Parts: sequence; C-alpha cells; structure tokens
Amino acid sequence: MPRRDDISKILVLGSGPIVIGQAAEFDYSGTSACKVLLEEGYEVVLVNSNPATIMTDPEFATATYVEPLLPGPVTQVIEKERPDALLPTLGGQTALNLAKALMEDGTLERYGVELIGANYDAINRAEDRELFDATMQKAGLRTARNTIATSVGEARAAVEEFGLPLIVRPAFTLGGRGGGIAHSAEELERIVERGLAASPIGQVLIDESVLGWGEFELEVMRDHADNVVIVCSIENIDPMGVHTGDSVTVAPQQTLTDRQYQKLRDQAIAVIRAVGVETGGSNVQFAVNPATDEIVVIEMNPRVSRSSALASKATGFPIAKIAARLAVGYTLDEIPNDITRRTPASFEPAIDYVVVKWPRFAFEKFPGVDAGLSTHMKSVGEVMAIGRTFGQAFAKALRSRELDEQPDLGGDLLARLAEPAADRYDVLLEAFRRGHGVDELHAITRIDPWYLRQLEALAHDPEAPFAGLERTYRAVDTCAAEFEAETPYYYSAWERAGATTEVRRGDRPSVMILGSGPNRIGQGIEFDYCCVHAAMTVRESGRDAVMVNCNPETVSTDYDTSDRLYFEPLTLEDVLAIVAEERPEGVIVQFGGQTPLRLAAGLAEAGVPLLGTSVDAIDLAEDRGRFGALLGQIGCHAPPFATAHSPEEALQVAPEVGFPLLVRPSYVLGGRAMEIVYSIDGLADYLRRVPSRGEIFLDRFLENAIELDVDAICDGEDVWIGGIMQHVEEAGIHSGDSACVLPPHSLSDDTLAEVRRHSRDIALALGVRGLINIQYAVANDCVYVIEANPRASRTVPFVSKATGVPLAKVACRVMLGERLADMDLPADPAGDHVSVKEAVLPFDRFTGSDALLGPEMRSTGEVMGIAADFPAAFAKAQAAAGMRLPQSGTVFLTVTDADKAAAVGIAAQLHDLGFKIIATPGTAQAISRMGIPVQRINKLGEGSPHVVDWIENGDVDLVINTPTGTDARADGYEIRGAAVARGIACITTISGGMAATRAIAAARVGSPPVHSLQEIAGAHRTQPVRS
Amino acid sequence: MSAPSAYVLLEDGTRFDGEAVGAPGAVAGEVVFTTGMSGYQESMTDPSFARQLITFTVPHVGNYGVSAAGMESDRIHAAGAIMRDALNAEDAPGAERGWLDWLADCGIPAISGVDTRTLVRHIREAGAMRGGIFPADMAEGEARERIAAEPSMVGRDLAREVTVPELTVIGNGSGPRIAALDTGIKHSIVRNFTSRGATLELHPCTATADDLLASDPDGLFLVPGPGDPAALDYIVATIREVLDRDRPVFGICLGHQLLSRAVGLETFKLPFGHRGANHPVKDLRDGSIAITSQNHGFAVAGEAGQRISSDLGEAEITHVNLYDGTVEGLRFLDAPAGCVQYHPEAGPGPNDSLGLFDDFLREFAAHA
Repeated sequence: MPRRDDISKILVLGSGPIVIGQAAEFDYSGTSACKVLLEEGYEVVLVNSNPATIMTDPEFATATYVEPLLPGPVTQVIEKERPDALLPTLGGQTALNLAKALMEDGTLERYGVELIGANYDAINRAEDRELFDATMQKAGLRTARNTIATSVGEARAAVEEFGLPLIVRPAFTLGGRGGGIAHSAEELERIVERGLAASPIGQVLIDESVLGWGEFELEVMRDHADNVVIVCSIENIDPMGVHTGDSVTVAPQQTLTDRQYQKLRDQAIAVIRAVGVETGGSNVQFAVNPATDEIVVIEMNPRVSRSSALASKATGFPIAKIAARLAVGYTLDEIPNDITRRTPASFEPAIDYVVVKWPRFAFEKFPGVDAGLSTHMKSVGEVMAIGRTFGQAFAKALRSRELDEQPDLGGDLLARLAEPAADRYDVLLEAFRRGHGVDELHAITRIDPWYLRQLEALAHDPEAPFAGLERTYRAVDTCAAEFEAETPYYYSAWERAGATTEVRRGDRPSVMILGSGPNRIGQGIEFDYCCVHAAMTVRESGRDAVMVNCNPETVSTDYDTSDRLYFEPLTLEDVLAIVAEERPEGVIVQFGGQTPLRLAAGLAEAGVPLLGTSVDAIDLAEDRGRFGALLGQIGCHAPPFATAHSPEEALQVAPEVGFPLLVRPSYVLGGRAMEIVYSIDGLADYLRRVPSRGEIFLDRFLENAIELDVDAICDGEDVWIGGIMQHVEEAGIHSGDSACVLPPHSLSDDTLAEVRRHSRDIALALGVRGLINIQYAVANDCVYVIEANPRASRTVPFVSKATGVPLAKVACRVMLGERLADMDLPADPAGDHVSVKEAVLPFDRFTGSDALLGPEMRSTGEVMGIAADFPAAFAKAQAAAGMRLPQSGTVFLTVTDADKAAAVGIAAQLHDLGFKIIATPGTAQAISRMGIPVQRINKLGEGSPHVVDWIENGDVDLVINTPTGTDARADGYEIRGAAVARGIACITTISGGMAATRAIAAARVGSPPVHSLQEIAGAHRTQPVRS
Repeated sequence: MSAPSAYVLLEDGTRFDGEAVGAPGAVAGEVVFTTGMSGYQESMTDPSFARQLITFTVPHVGNYGVSAAGMESDRIHAAGAIMRDALNAEDAPGAERGWLDWLADCGIPAISGVDTRTLVRHIREAGAMRGGIFPADMAEGEARERIAAEPSMVGRDLAREVTVPELTVIGNGSGPRIAALDTGIKHSIVRNFTSRGATLELHPCTATADDLLASDPDGLFLVPGPGDPAALDYIVATIREVLDRDRPVFGICLGHQLLSRAVGLETFKLPFGHRGANHPVKDLRDGSIAITSQNHGFAVAGEAGQRISSDLGEAEITHVNLYDGTVEGLRFLDAPAGCVQYHPEAGPGPNDSLGLFDDFLREFAAHA
C-alpha cells in the first residue's frame, strides 16, 4: 500500500536531553525520520527540548518547538498545530512515555490525533511487565520467571520462590535506571527501595536469574502487511548480568548454530506479532543457555533504540528512516534499499565483516560511586569498529576508545574479573598475558570460549589480526557484495598484499571532517552537531564532504550526511591512511572537540593541509605563558595565574597568585580534576589527592563573579560575535554544568561593549580562522579573560538555535575561504526573546556521587527554554531538564554564612509565594531575624527527626543547599543524596536559587505560549542586518 | 597471517592466495558464493552443492564446530570451502567435532585467509565459473589443466551422482504416503514431512512413473538437487506422466525447475546464482513476502503473473524474487500441482515458509 493521504501533518517527539541510556542515537533516528517525512510531502511538527540536535535545525521540520517534553507544553503544541498523527517511536522511552500520557489524559482523542508507528495497546504490552509476560506466554514463549513487587515485603517473598541472585528492574525507566542484581537478602531490600523510588508507577520487577547465559538481541522490522525482517543480530560478549548498553557487543552474532539462530529469529518475529507493533522497528533481547539451548525472552522495545542505531550503522540498513516510511503506509517491498538502490528494503542484510561496539564510561568524574557493571546502565557513550575479522574489529575498538588514563592492570586479576567493571577487557587481556587460559577465564567470566580464544590470541600478539596484511578500504553494502553498492560507506580492512580499494571518488575536491569520537562528559553531541554542519557546508560549496568518525550514535555517521563516510578510529595513523586514500583539499579539525585537535600537530607535521585556525594559533591560545603575554599586549585583564611543574613549586607560587585558587592539571577536558582551594592547606590536600603528571595550573579564582561565554567567528580581517551568554551560576561552576542565558540579562551596555571589543582583539591577535569561544568573568565592573579556545565550543548549537544563525556553517564557510563581510550576518543576532540553556546531570544514575556543581564538568546533556523573558525561559529550561520545581509546599534552606543574606531574600520571596520555609539553625536564625516565618529543624548530627528524615518522609518539595567550601562532604552530601534519590529539586547555588524562585513566580502567571523556531526566526528577520 | 600454502585459481586466471586447511590436495569445480551468515555445515552437506566450491562471505567459518544435528545428508557434497578465516572450534558448546578436523576426515580440501570479498565481487561481475583450490606447490599450469578437465555446470546431470541407489522408505506415520524423486534430498525436507506424519518413499532419480506410483502414493514430491535441469529431460518426462495420471505433484528448487520445464518453460543459468538466507520472495497472490533460504544456479525463465497453457492445463507464475524479479514459484490452476524455487525447509536459513509443508500435505491428503 502506498503513502497514506488521509494524514498531512505529523507530530514527531524527540528524546530531550542526552542522559545515560538515551543519547545521540535518538537525534540520528529522529533526524532521519523527519527528513523522510518531509521528503514524502508531510508537514512535520517536531518537539524536542535539546538544542544540540540536528533534528531541531529548522530545515528538518515544518515547525520546530524547543519545548519541554512534558504533557503540558506538548498539548499546547497540539492545540496550536492540530497535527493529524503522532509518531512516538523515534524519541526513545521519553517520547513513548509522553505519547502514553497524552493518550491516557485524553489529549490525543480530544484533538483527533492518531498514534502511528505503535499503538497504545502495543506500547502497553511491551512496557508493562505483567502484560508482557502474559503476552509472551500466550505466544508460547518463555520469559524469566518473575514477580512484581510494590513493596520490600513483596520482594522478600521472591527469594523463597526463585532463590538468589535476583534481578531487580523498576518499571518504566530508561536503561534500567534504579535496578540491580541482588546477591543477598539485604542487597535485595536496598535495591528494591531504590527501584520503587525510581519507577514512576512505584513498581519493580523481580526476575529469576539468567546470569551467565549468553545475551543476544535481534532488530526486527514489521510492516502493516505483516511482513517481518530481521535487520541484525547482536551478541553481547558480556553474558547476562551486564546491561547491554554497558556490554561489548558484536554484530552479527558469532557463536550460535544456524538452528539456534533461526529459533531466535522465529521467536523475535513471534514477539513483534504478539506485542502487536504494526509498523516499525523493535528490539528483542534474549538470554540463551549455551549448555541446554534454553531461550528466555528478556524484553522488547516497541520503538527504535540504541541498538537499532547500532544495527543501522553496522549493516547500512537505516532502521529509523524505514520505520518512518512504514508508519505512513508503505510496505517494506515498496521501499528501496538506499545502499544498493536496486533491491527493496524487504530483505535481511548479509554482513561480510565483524562489528564491535564498545561502551565509554566516565566513572573518574564521580569519585565514590560503585564502578561495577550490572543491569543498571552506566556508560555515557560508545564507539563502533568495523573489521574484516573479529580480531581487526576488536583491536580497532580498543584504539577508538580514547581513554584518558590507561587502565590499572595490577592486583588479583581473577578476583577483578569476577566482578565486571569498565576495565574488564583490559584486565582479561592482561590475565592472558600472565598465562591464564581460556578454560579458567571462562569459568570466571562466563564469556563464550570463541571470544576468549580470539582475545587470547590478541593478548599474546596485538598485531596478529594485521600481521602480513595491508590496509585497504571496503564498503558496507548490506549484502556481502552480492550487489553493487551505490552508497560510499567505508571501513579499513586488512587483506593480503595487492587488494584493491573499493573507494570510489569522483573529480570533485574533497574536504575531510574529523568527528569527535565517543560521547563522553565534556565532549558530547554538540561537537557532532558542528561536524554535521561542516559536512553540509562543504557539500554546499561544491566539494565532497568526507566524514571520519567512530561513534555509531551520531548523525555524522549517517551515510547520508557526507559524500563519503569512513567509519574509523580517530588516531593519527588511521586518519593519515584515509588522507592518503582521499588526498583531500583540506582537513577540518576544529569542530570535533579535543579528539581531532589532539591530532592537529601530527597532521600538520605530516604535511596535511588543515583548514582554519593554524596549529600555532591553537597552541598560542593553550599555552598560558604565550596567551598571557598576548592578553597583556592587547590590554585585556586576566586573573593572576601561575604554572607549576611540581607539587612543591605549586605550594611555593600559590601565595603570589592569591587565594582562592582554581587548580587543575594541564590539558584536561571538561574541567577534569579541577578544584577551587581556599588555603595553602587545601592546596596541599588537593596535590596529595590528584597525582600530578606534567604541569599544574593555578589561577586566582574570582569569587562571586559573573561568568560569560562568547562564541565568535573570525576570518582574519573581521570578527563576528555570534552570541554572548551569561551564566546563571557564578564563576567556579564549570561552564558546561552552568545554566546560561542569551542575551545576558544583568550586565551593562558598557560591559558588553568591552566584552565585544576584547573578543574582537583576541580573535584577531590569535589569527583565528573560524570559530573561537572565549570565557570571561566580570567582577567589580572589571572584565577578566578566563580562557580562549579557537575551535567549536559546546555552546555553538545553543547559540545557533537562540539566534537563528548557524554558527558552525558560517565558520565553515570562512574556513573554506569566504569573507564575513560578504555574508549577510545580523549585527546583533540575539533578537527579542530570551533563551536559557540548562545542563542535565546524571547524579540519579550514580548512587554515592555528590549532587554538587563545581569546576569539574559532570553533565551529560542540555536543554533549552525559549520565552519572552528570563524567568519564563528559565522555568521552561528547568522543566525540560526534569527539575520538578514545586508550585507549593515546603522549601528547605541551608546555606553557608557568606550566602545567608541572599538566602533570606529567597526565603522572603518563597514565603510570599505561599511556601512553608524550613531551615537548619544558622540559616533559620538569619531568616527569622528578617521577620519571615521559618521552622527550625535539626541538622544531621542533632538527632531525629533531622533534615534527611524530613526529605525521606516526603515532607520537602525543594532543597536549596549551598556547600561550605571546605567540608562539602558533611551534611550537605547526605542532604543532596536524599533529595536526588527522591527526585526532589535540589539547587546548590544561590544564583540558581534566585533564578528558580523567579521561575516559580513566573509559572504562577500561567504557561507561556509556545513558538516554533521558524516563527521566531520570521519575527527576527525583520530586524536590520549589518551593512 | 602466515605465508600462503594454497591458492584459489579461477578459469579466467584470477588467483587468490590463502592457507590450506581441511584435507590436503587439490580440487576443481564450480566456484560459487553464499551470503548466509550461519549454517556452514548444512551447506557443505547439501547435495545441491555437489561439484561446487563454496565461498563463504561471512568472515569466520567453523565457529561452533560440527555436530550430527547439522547434517543435511549423510556426507559432504560440496567439493571444497573457501573462507576468510576458518576455525576448528572443536570445544565449542554443542560441537561434536572441530570444523577443520571434520573437513580433513571427509577428505575435503579447503582454504582460509582468502580475500573472499574480492573473490565474490569478481564472481558477481564475471559470473560463477570453474576454479579450484590448489596447494601452493602446485604450478598454475597444472591447476589450469585440472580446472579445464572439470566439465561445465551447463548441461550437467548431477542428479545421478547424489540420488539414492534404491527405493528407501522413511517414516510410517498415519499421514499421506509421498513418492519423492530423489535428485538430492536434504534431511530437513525429510524431517518436515515425517514430523508431520507423512511417509516418504525415496526413489532413485531414474525411477519411472510406474515405479513411482507402484505403491499408490498420494502424490509425487520433487526435491532439490545439483546440476542443470535442462540435462534431466528423462525426469521431466516422468513428471509429465505422473501428472497425466492425475496425481498431485509438488516440488522445491530443482524440483520446481523440472516441473516448470514439464509445462514448457525454459530454464537458464543465472550469472552467479542465488545462495544465501536473505532473499525476499513475494507471493503474488496475497502480496506477502517471505525471507527465504536460497541455493540455486539455474532459474526458470518467466515473468511475474505469467499464465502458461500447456497440454497439462493452465498454470501461473505465483512467486517472484524481489532482488532480481526471477521466477520463484509456479502453480497449476486446475490441478493439485505447484512448486517453489526457494527452500521452505530452511537448513540453513529462515523458517518463514515452513507452513508450506502443511500446505503440501493438505493437498496430498485431499487426494488420498
């Protein structure tokens, strides 16, 4: 059946901010779906709160709403846009849950919106554990024996029934958040309590253990004519027990016989039919007992997922794109296979290579958390490697990881392997090197001997998969070379000498864009966004865009994004080999964050033409001595600083710089190990805790300064200021974790003029060609330069969305030789509206971590709120970030002495808004002195009921707690931990508290209207542009 | 990778080096490729691969060893195996023997470390051709002679090489009794009939219509097999005679080609065949699509929906391959007879079409 003509406008929901378990893969799937729906002639209305996505670029929808993914704002969008249908299967669990809520509250029926892609009953059958089990049983399939508990008591009964260990999973959460494996009754109680709190419906599922069984996933697609295909099989090398998002996985599966595999295939098809997903993709997970051939269905996702993005990249079969076409009426055989163009999508890809996916962790950012791997996903990103053999792929994955620190390979390796952790494969390889054998390690890890034997060979000779072979390039073609591939998607393969490359390039010059590798904290989707824009710009310039990246989640690794895609590790050796193959006109290293920048010097040395800012200019900005001198020459102030080469030297120079001090090791990303110390003792303590390798940077920390971020573009003659952002939190909070507002809302015109002037001077003095990000601190009416980075920054997508000017594209045009003067750029792109960016933090994922903002970046993603004024925009951003700001109830305040005066002001406003105020003795005293009613409650040490009891009893709706500089891990730590565990909004800065108070007041006035980016840009365009 | 100890030579002179695995020695035959990602043992023991060297596009072959359950006949029929990376895996869970040990035991030469993708692309462009696996110390001249001595697949009757020597009866269920003309049956086909209660009489391919109908079976089943269907006119004649006597006749693969020839359709050699587990086949009658197991080098000439009138009555082409539009099924309109080109019995490959055996049995039973 062809395209449906009875619908014309389709609402697509994105997945919101990047969080653990729901990352860039949904930008990839959402972007492809939007593109397809527009191509099919539908009007697309998109809602997504994440500005760092390609899908929220205005050209990917008819109307784009950067609004919180909550029933209220989405209902406003529906009311305004009146879509005919809602496609909820491309925005992860967030979109699915939201669609369910809109169905249940009657919104969809009221406005006559049809759910397409997955119907309500199918969503329920897949997501509700009881219904799912019943559905599977009816279909003759086995699930793990399980029970549902809504209390710890009910959970205890399961121990008697199924024995230990038991697997606990909260209902309706992302990536198994709040779940775990209980090996003892005590552990069970703890995990169940946490799980019940995490589940939006207060329900946990307790499963019989299939720990140690093989874990397999099948990606299934079905059309409304009931044709079903399996796109890909994925085998987890880590057996059951480690969340698939944290597992090293392999496609296609390697260890099952044909009979076993066909059984899984049959069951996957039975699952999608039984659940009733009528059109689209689903992911079905199985546990297989290799000894008995028993198969247990673990779960199914009735939507595209992280695994489907991986399967799409692994096979060349674009699941999201095809799911979108199926949702609007096509059948699989009516859709052509993009790669061959001649064969239809109703087939199953055949793979003649091996794909390895490797998770990327960030435990170093969260000291004190349990770094063990379990059913609760903890990784923040992933890499994928394609090799002609498993050995080649695995070795590539190892070098794609870009580890900041080499894993520690000491201690009792076998004991470490018994408890899987992020470094388990490094430990495993070391164990082989130390002479342990396959049988012994199989007994401990339960990893299939096939993989162990491969890893053993690799351990003894890392070059084994490549020895005697030569590098060549092969195409990912969906069909194992049975048909000719039209789409140029390549990987390097090592074959015997004389193998010919499959790369086909025409006569057009090419420009190579180096991507950002695995997502990690500090280097996320924002950089992929910039790389995608670079590719678009290169193509528009009449050149071939060549993308190099190894992150399967991203839009950059969609073969549609560039003219040629190389799915390769971003190491110097791999990149130079591609350069030799491509002979590009230039290479762009400015957009992919630190990953490509680290390669810049090596590439330049090898004679590779780099586009944009020179390596020397990059070094000039990064070398504190040289940069300090430059600032002096152009008359900019910088806080006093020093560079020490040893802990002793640091202690010696610190008094000259002056306290408080911002101290950090050199060349770090995302403020890694960066701290503020207030005294020489504090510095000594820091130096003891943080091992120094190389230089130590000391900067005077400006207390209570306002921090600013500027993104600008320089072509060598002109500088164009793309946006000035004012941080909501004071200086000292990492810019990536701070909320910020554009345009600045509390700075004088003179100050802003000075900032503009400085930005211009710095960009010109550095010789920037392209983007530069400069951070300033404003204290006592003086503007200080904190740092300058001549490259794309994390804020580029936010600024682009806020101003309607695509900064990365403008910068790329400059790098390709255009002049700013020849472009029609607005002099002041800020417009009349206010945009707020808010960071999204993963504290709820890392039990034991302190939910405190600081100089080290910890956020995984961001959201944006757009409104007519700051409080309303801030409120939207908070709502989008999942911060549940209460409208009434009880506020608990406890602040440092320095913050007491400001806290009293906040208390007064909240009291006026009708909140009950409670506070610890010191804070309560300050508040009550100003005549504001306040209830004094006990500190932690003062006996029950103390503050944590209050929070745990659900008697607190908002926590405002500023940490004391030195003993931040005292009461505050427990308070913040309790608040995070109960999902109560917890604010840790005074400025954040003030903004939140204004946001609460703003929300009283009612929901602000929703405007699409296209409407906002339309209003904006009437402004005069720079002549 | 170690120094080459064997090589693949094609009749057009293209050479690929690799390491000798399996049994020592040289072997020539038709070099074909399969894109199936599992089921190497099933493929090797499938009689349809007789006189062919199978190039596996999947890089690792042998991952789970071999076992009795993976046998599709009583021995290896393929002449050799060409692989990117062969493993023995004698200790894999469920393995009864290592893959390479087994190839050696059975006297089957094989080669590993071959750039199979380039080989496959070559065959895709130049067509399936003769070739062989040769030890490195054998001169190319001698290898060329071995290849030249290998007859072309066109015009070749290989059914006689793989058929049962004498009538063999399998199963004693209460279901229909089916006469099968054995041109190279697979265990999966036998299992699918007997597990549904049918009794199968396996006749040598040279059996006459009288032989086939001697026990008054409920119908005739035509099975897959190797070689050129055009070389099997004696079987086509037998089929026509059985049809003439109003017995149901159904078939798979080579059986489909022979039944199609019986109504006057021609068969031809595909450029490089269909071998794999992922081909979409559309049933034109209801529009449904099955992902099918495929293994054939020859195909029936015809077009989607084409009606064929012959002295045997009216027939219609009912199935097409969505990759290249080739004929995948035929159905008589006023007689209980029909056939499919693909392999509903799987082994290896998807089980999507197992229900076809229920249909076959229903038709046979209806006649009984």
